[in-house]
Amino acid sequence: MMPGRAAPATRTDAGTRDATRIYSSLTRMRSISSRVLAYAAMIAVSLVLILPLLWLFAASLKTPQLVGATPRGIDEFFAALVPTDPHFENYVEALTKRPFGLWARNTSIVVAAATVGTLLTGSMAAYAFARLRFRGKRILFTTTLSTLMLPFIVTMVPQFLMFSKVPGPSSAGNWTDTLWPLILPHWFGGGAFFIFLMRQFFMTIPVELDEAARMDGAGFFRCYWQITLPLSGPVLATVTIFSFISNWNEFLAPLIYLASRQNQTLALGLQSFRGEFSTDYHLLMAASATMTVPVLLVFFFMQRYFLKGFVMSGIAGR
Amino acid sequence: MSLRQREEIAAYLLVAPWILGLLLFTAFPMAASLALSFSEWNFLGDIKFVGLDNYRAMFSRDRDFVVSLGNTAYYTFIGVPLHTAFALLLALPLSSKLKGIRYFRTAWYVPSVTPAVASAILWILIYHPDFGLANTLLGIVKIPPQGWIFDSTMAKPAFIIMSMWSVGGQMIIFLAGLQGVPQELYDAASIDGAGRLRQFRHVTLPLISPITFFNLVIGLIGSFQIFTAAYIMTNGGPANQTLFYVLHLYRNAFEYLKFGYASTLAWGLFVIILFFTGIQFLGAKRWVYYEVKVD
Repeated sequence: MMPGRAAPATRTDAGTRDATRIYSSLTRMRSISSRVLAYAAMIAVSLVLILPLLWLFAASLKTPQLVGATPRGIDEFFAALVPTDPHFENYVEALTKRPFGLWARNTSIVVAAATVGTLLTGSMAAYAFARLRFRGKRILFTTTLSTLMLPFIVTMVPQFLMFSKVPGPSSAGNWTDTLWPLILPHWFGGGAFFIFLMRQFFMTIPVELDEAARMDGAGFFRCYWQITLPLSGPVLATVTIFSFISNWNEFLAPLIYLASRQNQTLALGLQSFRGEFSTDYHLLMAASATMTVPVLLVFFFMQRYFLKGFVMSGIAGR
Repeated sequence: MSLRQREEIAAYLLVAPWILGLLLFTAFPMAASLALSFSEWNFLGDIKFVGLDNYRAMFSRDRDFVVSLGNTAYYTFIGVPLHTAFALLLALPLSSKLKGIRYFRTAWYVPSVTPAVASAILWILIYHPDFGLANTLLGIVKIPPQGWIFDSTMAKPAFIIMSMWSVGGQMIIFLAGLQGVPQELYDAASIDGAGRLRQFRHVTLPLISPITFFNLVIGLIGSFQIFTAAYIMTNGGPANQTLFYVLHLYRNAFEYLKFGYASTLAWGLFVIILFFTGIQFLGAKRWVYYEVKVD
């Protein structure tokens, strides 16, 4: 696409210059118009993908009558997306009908405790896999990766039985109907996916840094804690985001373990809310939106680390 | 103590929580689950060994097992290829260096972070036969309204359409892969006169094939385990059309309290997933391209 190539060598200099100028301005126009086209297409795709969320927020601010109105034609459709008279009191009504505050507190405890556990114990294992030599490392790593293929459902029933038969802190004398079963498993390595992600990232950090520190008398734990971890911001951020989102959104485990209303998490509470207010769409949408917003905020504020941690880990296997 | 020994001790201490976790939350539960799959147990009484009865029941007496397996297979084998293709299609423009591209990346990823419960509730409204978004859009282009998740022939396709909305995870993995394709290869192909389409076919596709493979494998494993949306939106209906495997398993364990049979179902699913993953790995030799590693 080099402009110079457009002019055959036999032409005069002036002719060459003219041809070059015309050709390059043509290419520029073509590249501008193709860029405009690209933006237009991408904006269109964005609108389609965001539409359901817009619908969610729009419905959460409407009166029940308006939610139930059927827009006909394209203008009424766009009007339906922008509530002219937003009813923010829907949120107050939805959130005070049920102990949403309590559910948010429970969810926050689970999310925070599980994420810290994953970051700590997961990065420990990842460091050993990335940096240290020990007998059985290969087989342990293969086992770790193969658990990625194991459906949660296979271990779910016996895990439930374990938490209900082993004596524990709950009122029934076991571990069910407490937040522990949702937190504890994350303090044991945090799962193969996170270990693998962090190991891949740790391996991109120059090993010479460790070696230099060891030369100065630092032990293996200092190298892990004071060299590797401080250099691993992007991947730790990625793990934090993933862990936050998956624990905030988790439904099946709370469904199995948490029985009494005051011990439930948002995901579970929202489901019971849906059972009771199944036709109050404006309230259901307000409650759903409330649960969605924190995840969106976390994602927006941390997303610039997110892709970086992902790409740099070479998770994509190249 | 030698340096080598110190290194080994440090390593074992660091992986100790994970090894414990593997034993406590994976190995032991799997063994217990396997043992339970040959027993009958309602949680309170004694555990009764019944040999292969549960496995026989799965294939002969339990009609819902066959139904749920069929539904799940439909959802997986139609849904996963569509997801993967759609995720790649979305990732392609996102890998360009256009100004402001990161806003598009965010916008296209956002649906997949929406909590499953919130999104299930939202999609009930979207699929509402009278005033849902889906029928509203159809109305604009003059297509008669559909019953979506409330219609027995439309229910599964409606679930697949809904799941297309949240392919963000796969999209990001494709994006990471696309950014790893060296620009020189495109330059070389373009000097040889290859247009965009041929570059995609002969440079991009082979080079990202390990990622496509990864997405297909992970997609299949995840898709076989669909639960939350079906539990909340349809609870298996209409006419058992969205009775998926894990929903059936959940009911056996936590509603009928048949922990033995539920374990049999769990192992059944595990074997099914292993089988199809194995097939994918065998098939991969034909189309997945790995660069020769020079370490």
